[in-house]
Amino acid sequence: MKGLQIVVLGSIVPDPLQTLEPVSGPTGPALKNELMLPAVLDPWAGHALYEAANLAKKVEGKVYLVALGPKAKLQQVMMNVAQKVPFEIVVLDGPASGFADAAETAAALAGGVEKIPGLDKSKLLVFGGWQSASRGTGAVLQMVGELLGITDQFQGVDEIAMAEDGSFTVLERIEGGSYQKSSCQGAPALLGWATGNLPEPPNNPQVGMQNMRLIMPALAKATPAPLKGEGLKYAGVELPSQRRETRVVKNAPVEDIARELADWIRA
Amino acid sequence: MTDVNTSAPAGDELPEGYERQRMDVDVACVGFGPAMGGFLHTLSQGLTNEDGTPVAESKAMPGMPPQVICYERADDLGFGVSGVVTKGRGIRASFPDLDLTQIPLATEVKHEEVLYLLDPVGASRRPVLMRLADKALKIFGMARNHAFKLPYVPGFLRKEPGILLSMGQFNQWAGGQIMAQGQAQIWPGTPVAGPILSGKAVAGVRLQDQGVDKRGVPEAGFMPGMDIHSQLVVVGDGPVGAVGRKLDEQLGLPAGNHAREWAVGMKMVVDLPEGCQLKAGTVLHTLGYPEPEIFGFLYVYPGNVASLGIFVPSWFDNPVRTAYRYLQHWMQHPVLWKHLKGGRMRSWGAKSLQESGKRGEPFLAGDGFARIGEGSGTTNVLTGSGVDEAWTSGVLLGVSVLELLKADQPFTRENIEKTYVRRRQESWLEREAKIAEKARDGFQNGVVQGLIGMALTGLTEGKLFWPGASKKPHERIPSIESYFQGRISAEEIAAIRKDCTAKGLPLHGALMDRAGWPKVEHDGQLLVSHQDALLMGGKVQAPSGYRDHVTFKSHNVCAGCGEKVCIEACSGQAISANPEGGAPLFDREKCVHCGACLWNCSKPSPGGGESSNVDFQAGAGGLHSAEN
Repeated sequence: MKGLQIVVLGSIVPDPLQTLEPVSGPTGPALKNELMLPAVLDPWAGHALYEAANLAKKVEGKVYLVALGPKAKLQQVMMNVAQKVPFEIVVLDGPASGFADAAETAAALAGGVEKIPGLDKSKLLVFGGWQSASRGTGAVLQMVGELLGITDQFQGVDEIAMAEDGSFTVLERIEGGSYQKSSCQGAPALLGWATGNLPEPPNNPQVGMQNMRLIMPALAKATPAPLKGEGLKYAGVELPSQRRETRVVKNAPVEDIARELADWIRA
Repeated sequence: MTDVNTSAPAGDELPEGYERQRMDVDVACVGFGPAMGGFLHTLSQGLTNEDGTPVAESKAMPGMPPQVICYERADDLGFGVSGVVTKGRGIRASFPDLDLTQIPLATEVKHEEVLYLLDPVGASRRPVLMRLADKALKIFGMARNHAFKLPYVPGFLRKEPGILLSMGQFNQWAGGQIMAQGQAQIWPGTPVAGPILSGKAVAGVRLQDQGVDKRGVPEAGFMPGMDIHSQLVVVGDGPVGAVGRKLDEQLGLPAGNHAREWAVGMKMVVDLPEGCQLKAGTVLHTLGYPEPEIFGFLYVYPGNVASLGIFVPSWFDNPVRTAYRYLQHWMQHPVLWKHLKGGRMRSWGAKSLQESGKRGEPFLAGDGFARIGEGSGTTNVLTGSGVDEAWTSGVLLGVSVLELLKADQPFTRENIEKTYVRRRQESWLEREAKIAEKARDGFQNGVVQGLIGMALTGLTEGKLFWPGASKKPHERIPSIESYFQGRISAEEIAAIRKDCTAKGLPLHGALMDRAGWPKVEHDGQLLVSHQDALLMGGKVQAPSGYRDHVTFKSHNVCAGCGEKVCIEACSGQAISANPEGGAPLFDREKCVHCGACLWNCSKPSPGGGESSNVDFQAGAGGLHSAEN
């Protein structure tokens, strides 16, 4: 099927290995020094974006990234992401702390999707992460689908195979390390991606330059999306206690690693 | 064992079916630091006329405004390390309405002290004059907490009125300002392999190959590094940058110049303990401990946060000069520890500093290229400042490039010399660099001579100095046996070497223990293992698909090397002893890209010249902290 519109929902999360410390902010829980923490595209959304680009290439479709986050941070992260695959961006300038209300977040994202010029829901596939690294509820993606009137939803997707007539099959992860294979007659549909099967694409300067011609203007006219969080209350926010005992051991047998983990859990 | 570097050749040969892509731009920039910030900010501001039309047309893409691209090796802007105290003259000139509250961690300098640190543990190797001074200070009761506060801060060192900055946060802020103007694109995570040379002219840059194994051999997903052709290449990749060093190799340095003086700066950002008495805006400079050659600093940011660290110079003739352990001993000096105890490491990292200053200045311009920043010799070695100087060099080039673009003049050596080099020679940057040029020569003879020399130069504005002949870094480094002579026997050193090599460990831990340095008791917060510093502080990461950027030119030379300073001085423990002999092992996942291995090698390059047996390329990854 040609001309698919694949909309990826994805935002930023703190770069791995950063020290996260919850604090109370004026609008509720927040992360200490959040604006100073380096950020990356949520890895789950990243998988969805790379799968979207791969599919778009096959079906001559177009990829949009609808991102809700602080504009300045999004601009910075896009300088990395934009080199990976071609896409257009819709920027919603709002929080990405993971402490926002899921329904409010979903409404903002659905609004962002609706505003894409020339949106044709009969050709719409909404992609996103099955999970999120932003301490999210894991419910946002489904809600966005519902708000957009998309009833065909798949979660934990690792593969999509599209036929010429626009119908497709997906492999969804289910219990026991197995896959459930489903068939769908076609768009509109929503896919929450697990890891997919694609490696992270290399940085391609030409793709980057091409993307930035549209990304910078999109950032300049970002839609404000202040999530008020009214009616949402956090009884408490804390990090799980951790014990750090770093050793770097390479090529350790898996049996040894498993034994050590089991001993640690027992202790 | 074969005496070859096993890395794939960096040539034009590509596997069948692959083609090296090419892209054309007008200005290709390498490395995003303060110098490039100054350049891109200045250029961006001037590229558009008042009516919104571009001041010049792109030659690479006719009909478009000039295409300006900057490639940064690190995975994001500002991933690096440095607390900075600066007078900020150049920065303030670029931002007349500068509001420090908009830059996280920035504040005004409010109080400055210089502390001479005595040795509280008795392990420091102090020259006789220093020992006598220490005794006198104790006898006359002038040392409190084993430290003597200098009655005044010499004018040449004083930064007040000035600005305290986190280099990472400043770079991120400056990068955001530049990108928001939309005239230049800054691409992090894109290491540049080297310049595209045509004789002495530079025609562009080549990016590093992706999808290769550690030896550079193509794997699945191979993508040859793209050739970026440009009218002008702006080289601001710092003192260990691949493009700047390649140009130095090819063109040499102007007669009489050399870039032999270095230091590794190892630094932390610390959440100070509650109730800490240090006030935001405080600046402490230290000298004398843990070794007389090691200088330290502590800057207090707003929010009870401090940036602190030490500099370990190339003229500290210790073949086991580990910055990490010395940093831990320095922090525990009583005059500092009373403020730091109970604090928590927030960020950590290391960086090589080019300390040759004006004397290390390369050819600033050539056909198709211009040099700015630290790698172009901007650091003032008398005042110990480099960020504002680097920024200013970028501003001067920015103004010059605009002039040439508007006049539709090509970026020839002659034109860049007539504009940028002339402006630089007429600026305060050059005037002050000339005063400072010989300030540190005395350190070639010893630390006391060096300190006297700096004072002489500073107080006479460059008229007097203590002379000293410079040596290549690898010519200075003595054997371990010679350095510890009279303290540890050759037999004991041999036993320690054998034991540590078998375990894949550096020697400095055992040798410093044996030389009387106390064990460092880890508190899990501030005093942590070196590996924990990588994870907790540096958040060090390395993306896959890139070749090892540290290699050894001759493995036979490594096999015969008794010092292996590369291992001892490695800031991230990324270089380790090879129990099987030969060249040391390199682990890219631990490298912080400080480049210390480049000048901490005690063996000359088999190919001759100024360089050592270590080859250091631009690679992806490294520190993932921007708070420094």
